[in-house]
Amino acid sequence: MNFLVMNGIDKVDNLGVILALLGAALAALMAGIGSAIGVGKAGEAAAGVLTEDSSKFGKILVLQLLPGTQGIYGLLIAFLTMTKVGVLGGDSDLSWQKGALFLCACLPIAIVGLVSAIAQAKASVASIGVVAKKPEEFGKAMILPAMVETYAILALLISLLAVSGVSSLTL
Amino acid sequence: MSVLNMQRIQLCALKRNRKKLLTALQRCGVMEVTDVGTEDSMFDFHKQPEAENLVAEDMQIAKEALQVIDTYGSKKTKVSSLTGRKALTTEKYEAYEIEYNHIKERALRITQLARLITEEVQENRKRKAQLEALVPWITLTIPFSCTETNCTAVFFGTLPNAWEKSNIENLFSSSSATEKNILVEVISSSKLMTYIMVICLKQQAVEVHSILRDASFSQKISNSKLPPRKEKEKLEEEILISEDKISEYIDLIKEYEQYQEEFQFLFDDAQVRLEQCEVMKHLIETEKVFVVSGYIPKAEIAKTVKSLQEKCDVAIEIMDPSEEEEVPILLKNPAFSKPLEGTVKAYSLPGKGEIDPTTVMSFFYYVLFGLMLADAAYGAIMVLGCTFALLKYKNMENSLKNSLKMFLYCGVSTMFWGVMFGSYFGDMVDVVSETFFGSRISIPPLWFFPVNEPMKMLVFSMLFGVVHIYTGLAMKLYQCIKQKDYKSVLYDVILWYIVLTASIVLLLSVDVFTKTFGLNFQFSKQVGDIALVIVLVSSIGIILTAGRESRNPVKRLLKGLYGFYGITGYLSDVLSYSRLLALGLASGVICTVINKMASMVGGGIIGVIAFILIFLVGHAINIGINALGAYVHTNRLQYVEFFGKFYNGGGREFRPFTMRTKYYKLDKGER
Repeated sequence: MNFLVMNGIDKVDNLGVILALLGAALAALMAGIGSAIGVGKAGEAAAGVLTEDSSKFGKILVLQLLPGTQGIYGLLIAFLTMTKVGVLGGDSDLSWQKGALFLCACLPIAIVGLVSAIAQAKASVASIGVVAKKPEEFGKAMILPAMVETYAILALLISLLAVSGVSSLTL
Repeated sequence: MSVLNMQRIQLCALKRNRKKLLTALQRCGVMEVTDVGTEDSMFDFHKQPEAENLVAEDMQIAKEALQVIDTYGSKKTKVSSLTGRKALTTEKYEAYEIEYNHIKERALRITQLARLITEEVQENRKRKAQLEALVPWITLTIPFSCTETNCTAVFFGTLPNAWEKSNIENLFSSSSATEKNILVEVISSSKLMTYIMVICLKQQAVEVHSILRDASFSQKISNSKLPPRKEKEKLEEEILISEDKISEYIDLIKEYEQYQEEFQFLFDDAQVRLEQCEVMKHLIETEKVFVVSGYIPKAEIAKTVKSLQEKCDVAIEIMDPSEEEEVPILLKNPAFSKPLEGTVKAYSLPGKGEIDPTTVMSFFYYVLFGLMLADAAYGAIMVLGCTFALLKYKNMENSLKNSLKMFLYCGVSTMFWGVMFGSYFGDMVDVVSETFFGSRISIPPLWFFPVNEPMKMLVFSMLFGVVHIYTGLAMKLYQCIKQKDYKSVLYDVILWYIVLTASIVLLLSVDVFTKTFGLNFQFSKQVGDIALVIVLVSSIGIILTAGRESRNPVKRLLKGLYGFYGITGYLSDVLSYSRLLALGLASGVICTVINKMASMVGGGIIGVIAFILIFLVGHAINIGINALGAYVHTNRLQYVEFFGKFYNGGGREFRPFTMRTKYYKLDKGER
């Protein structure tokens, strides 16, 4: 790091903002990709069930949407970071250290969002199978994918706390 | 509030009153019929499979008739659960029953018409295929049936790929037949197929045919006696006639549309009789009398007995169910909690000796939902929407009514927490006042802004979780006392209460913990030490007692350790409530995003229009997604964190002998 600093890393214009925005972009990107894959997979399974029995649409739609929340969490963190950095209007002067911290803060929801959405989609697909055969077990079928989401929520929590914590630091 | 007390009931009556009695019983709709016992020298099971077949047939006819009206008629026959089923009085029902034979005839007639239509449609499809096949042959002037004359043989057929006339004639150059004796006519040709007619002398027919076959000729066999052009005209005329017939049939069907209600009655009546057939299988009879037995909620006995005895002479015996019987479960809760019975049912109904968790759960359910959505405006939308639907469609089906009521109460809670946390469409008031009126106005929260103080919200969420979990343990306590399992009260509940409470006190006396969470109070060191001792002592208590079913001391110790390992479960349970913060913030922050996007266009007329558009679409999506999230995660917190402490379920649902009709309400209402 010293090497970089000596070679003038802190002289690069707006490096802090760049790093912070990279974090925000990653959060929206990766969590969004995960959710898109997840909702897509669940949608395929859902469409299969609908060909047999279209009256299950309401229940199956809920199951299809479950892996979609990670994308929203990613968006949330991205937006929060951008507001704190001041990209959306306001003063965006940021030291590179602080920018890097924002980037770190965004990583939990970016990575966990991507992986958990895909894992949750697998559980969703299986649960759609349950509803296809036993629609009365919808309550239980819904809980199984929701269990996976817990970890996305924990990651979201850490990212949230970290972003709001970093913004109150003075570096 | 509770699982209803069920009694065993046994009815004995004369066989000639059977229909009357069963119908009365079905109208009461409060008794579940089960097997009386086994056959013996005196009693036989009731056997009458033909009756069931007849009913099934009626049902099929009615179903088909309604389908026909759905397909060809202008009205919809399905009943939406919003408008609900129409009530049908007993008198009207009986009036219909007299008409039964006519109704059935009409239903049969309409299904017959539909069948005729299907036949015509199929015929037309065939005719159209034939027409298609005739197109390439249209210039042919002789019919296909003309395969020979006195001296010549005629071949019609196709060769693959495109052929010139001369190429075909060349095929025969090596044969004994000279060109003069063969006439080749190309009727039409395309890239894929050449349609030809070949005429030759009869004695050469075999040879010519084999040459053609070598060139992959496939002969067209048809017994049509008209030349293709005439044949085509004939087919077209037939199609026209048949289409006329179809529209005539459809007109006839439309005339039958007025009888739709009768067909619906026929279906429901068959359904009612089918239920009766099901029940008949359970009753036993002698030559003159029959016995039917089952379960009935204690509160309903007096009324049912009275209404049955009004109908006919019947001997009724009531008794307590024996210990080993698996009694069906029916829940009874106050109106406030009733909508959540379905949620409990979706998990599992209370098993033997378990209490009904619905009422206690309902308070937490509404509060948790409200905390996760936490927006006054969203709550108001839910309340208004549900109230409107409930008032407008008074006749809606119970299941839908319960869901709407549930969301109504959830909406009230959402409003409450929205006001507490100062969220009205997020920060809509601030944004609108700043963008369009120049000065920023904020509505202050009654309590605090979670976005500004996430740590405070996190602590509150977990505190709420602790309360929820403690309530779960209290439910277990109550359940154990009810089952007179006093050992469990001490070992499985009270010891845990002590460990958990002491652990919390211990944590609150540690600097690092209180600083991290920004708490402004802390227990002193001495209190912490005392708490530590209590934790250790009660932990040893748990380790020694958790494995008390095992006699083997080693096994007992291991099981005890495993039991104590459950403390990690409590830790993760409490952490799980952090989703209250996460989801609450999620809906709040997305509101902010939407408002910000909406206000980016700026002031002025265009700004206002853009604002309204983005605002409507954005918040509609947000309320949908976040209400779904709140619903799913509220369920999870109840099922996993709360039920996990005391509830196993496994009860069997009470299924009374009643009228499960599709189109009409025949009894006083369904259960």
